Amino acid sequence: MTTAARVASAPPIDRRTHRRDLMRQMLLIRRFEERCVELYSPQQIRGFLHLYNGEEAVATGLMAALTSRDAVVSTYREHGHALARGISAASVMAEMYGRVTGCSRGRGGSMHLFDAATRFYGGNAIVGGGLPLAVGLALADRMAGRPVVTACFFGDGAVAEGEFHECLNLAALWQLPVLFCCENNLYAMGTAVERAQASTDLTGRAASYGLTAVGVDGMDVEAVEADAHAAVESVRAGHGPYFLELRTYRFRAHSMYDPDRYRDKAEIAKWRERDPIDLLEARMRAADELTDADMATLDGEVTAEIEAAVTAAESAPLEPIEDLTRYVYSEVPR
Amino acid sequence: MTTTYREAIREAIRAEMRADDRVFLMGEDVGRYGGCFGVSLGLLEEFGPERIRDTPLSESAFVGAGIGAALGGMRPIVEIMTVNFSLLALDQIVNNAATLLHMSGGQFNVPIVIRMTTGAGRQLAAQHSHSLEGWYAHIPGIRIVAPATLADARGMLATALADPDPVLIFEHGGLYNLEGELAEDAGSVDIETAAIRRPGRDVTVIAYGGTLGRALAAAEHLATDGVEAEVIDLRTLRPLDDVTFLGSVRRTHRAVVVDEGWRSGSLSAEISARITEQAFYDLDAPVARVCSAEVPMPYARHLEEAALPQPQTVIAAVRGMGL
Repeated sequence: MTTAARVASAPPIDRRTHRRDLMRQMLLIRRFEERCVELYSPQQIRGFLHLYNGEEAVATGLMAALTSRDAVVSTYREHGHALARGISAASVMAEMYGRVTGCSRGRGGSMHLFDAATRFYGGNAIVGGGLPLAVGLALADRMAGRPVVTACFFGDGAVAEGEFHECLNLAALWQLPVLFCCENNLYAMGTAVERAQASTDLTGRAASYGLTAVGVDGMDVEAVEADAHAAVESVRAGHGPYFLELRTYRFRAHSMYDPDRYRDKAEIAKWRERDPIDLLEARMRAADELTDADMATLDGEVTAEIEAAVTAAESAPLEPIEDLTRYVYSEVPR
Repeated sequence: MTTTYREAIREAIRAEMRADDRVFLMGEDVGRYGGCFGVSLGLLEEFGPERIRDTPLSESAFVGAGIGAALGGMRPIVEIMTVNFSLLALDQIVNNAATLLHMSGGQFNVPIVIRMTTGAGRQLAAQHSHSLEGWYAHIPGIRIVAPATLADARGMLATALADPDPVLIFEHGGLYNLEGELAEDAGSVDIETAAIRRPGRDVTVIAYGGTLGRALAAAEHLATDGVEAEVIDLRTLRPLDDVTFLGSVRRTHRAVVVDEGWRSGSLSAEISARITEQAFYDLDAPVARVCSAEVPMPYARHLEEAALPQPQTVIAAVRGMGL
């Protein structure tokens, strides 16, 4: 199936408007993280900061295929997932600043963004640790008869973890509505996939558990969205779990501490030629759907949104120290 | 009515499942087999395979799935065969169940109940016999309970299921056949407080779970020699009800802690420290501890018996205080 054919099967909406929305979303993620890097050096943001730079098409395309009732389980590289899911830039930025207005009240930081309103069940910083949660969320939905899909993000590194295999087996055995989203960016921190996986055929390995497994060009946001739509439809229709391998690449280092000594500069440059934002921009320009002025407008909008988020975060209150031990146990009469 | 610890737990599960559709039981061999210790025998027939759910041997996946199901509005009871096997699910219990409420700034609580067998005494050697509940009691965000009586075996589950946060129930393997009388209308009990199981004036013996019976046996023997031991059943290991045991120590002026866990870095060390911190000037003797020998639990009966706290070793500890 070609990309064009897949897009054609997506819900009928104005193509230019939809592409513009996808572009705006990817730009927001890109600019948001660039701003985070700037704020890291003067120590406004601390801790680990794992950038999604280069992978924006994955979160953007995937989230476009979900409804608000669906659930999302994410990883520690989840700024893009959170923003694309609809958590506000202000709420995520405040969390980066460790403020009480942050989406986790400053208790999670970059790696642990949570939001009940959008059913965003966190940044999980244990590789593979989110998969069992996703299986359980899906089990609850199935037992309650809710037509809901749980999208579970993890990286290629998780495929080497026991929990990956336990959870694909369990979800397939019980035919649970989980969409497993493997973001294969070719590196588990500094370890290349071929140095860690006896077989790098990740879709083949997932398929061995008896679920549908499809590889997707993770740099093409429309391809991601189309395959995600098909996957979500299948899962929602009760055909059991589904596995998407989203083939992508992070342009920057693993975290702010990473000197990136394990990757060839030429390899990074080659992947940058397939920058997801550039790809969509070229496609839109070729179809006369985007002008320089449009692009400048979009960039201006997202930059303003991010600057407002930064300004709000800088003046936002901190959680009072007296509340340090709140939320260890629920505050109910016992 | 006459019942057993095993039957009391089964009746508790049955009653909660009848009362609340959100409650279900999940674990290895809980269904068709009837539970590796027979606790869930007959429940599959009453509730069916959706709610009495046999899992593959994947502790991390099914414990984590229980956590996810709890997040999704269900009230799962997850059974792990033994505490030693729970180490395969330690990531999910410690990194998810215990942390999600806090990491999410209060947005996501995890109302899961995890039951598991603990303790030695059945010649099952070093991978089925350890007492690691003290380890779990180290972790903020979870509640740890250890029923030692029929009433608690029957009553703690309902309270644990009603709790909005994760509760781990440690059932001592040596207690499943414990038989006795239980009131027909026995129901939920608190999981907050320790209980004085035997009043006494001369020494406080603090025990829980599988060691309660041994502490009581020691107390009966001591009584024949005129030494009256007060026996405390901790019941809940986290949060600890130190008001009850400190109050007792202030009356008796002596304390012996009995714990099937190892001595080093243990629950008994925590209790001893709290007594020393808060009741030091009430003590007539240093706090004594009776713990398991610092070895992986051996198989041979005589070695296992020697490794465990016994009534005689509790008596010796009391005698060592000049009583």
